Amino acid sequence: MLIDIICIGLMSLGLFFFFATTIGILRLPDFYSRMQAAGKGDTLSSMLVLTGLAVYNLHHWSFGTLLVSVKIMFILVFIFMASPTASHHIIEAGYDAGVKPWTKGEEKNEQEGKEN
Amino acid sequence: MTFLYTFIIMLAFWILLSGKFDIFHLTLGVISCLLVAHFSRDLIFTDKTKKGRLPEAFRFIAYIPWLLWQIVLSNLSVAYYALHPRMMREIDPQIYWFKTYLKKDIALVTLGNSITLTPGTITVRIVDDEFYVHTLHPKFTSLIKDKMEGKIARIFGEAEK
Repeated sequence: MLIDIICIGLMSLGLFFFFATTIGILRLPDFYSRMQAAGKGDTLSSMLVLTGLAVYNLHHWSFGTLLVSVKIMFILVFIFMASPTASHHIIEAGYDAGVKPWTKGEEKNEQEGKEN
Repeated sequence: MTFLYTFIIMLAFWILLSGKFDIFHLTLGVISCLLVAHFSRDLIFTDKTKKGRLPEAFRFIAYIPWLLWQIVLSNLSVAYYALHPRMMREIDPQIYWFKTYLKKDIALVTLGNSITLTPGTITVRIVDDEFYVHTLHPKFTSLIKDKMEGKIARIFGEAEK
């Protein structure tokens, strides 16, 4: 019962942050700020969802399920390292390709994708 | 020595990932770990002369809770900006440039990843010791110079300025 509550709480929080990330990707004005939403949002949200899964997996307490939970936590560690690295490389590729950062006062560039 | 460390790490992962403890599977694990450790002994520990890796690892682990808290804050800020009705007036994106005094590659990598994970900032480019950071609002940049750089310098035993 307690495990259910913890698990539901963690996963709903994770889904909320995924939702906010998606809205951020759609609403923010340019490539760089969209990557901000994409690069950060998925770290915490996947951490929460995976932790929720690891907790749920401990429902039937045995050594086997414990191992599976530890494996899930390892996935989490890899996401923790890979996600910022990946978003840094995507954003650096954008910088190399000469994408102009949006600054305050400009119109939001809706044509961005079509011009390039 | 590096051979032994590599072998122990490999075997720990084998046992964790296989989850089987009979003689057959353990023997297979020992054999393949010996082979892999022999072939790739200089992959994990490239610098054989270096001392003090263990305290470094402990200091790094002690740094992670602070980073996790920053990740929570950064997600809250992303959610705040994303869901704010007048988001375009709230944000003021800039490319911010600074020089760091960190020298080691691993310290630079940690700083770059930490910048990406902390609120409102993302590493765009690292050229030697120059960092280009994209920020959603100039108020976020103070954290990097004031706190994060010093913390990382302490982890990897670099001289602070």
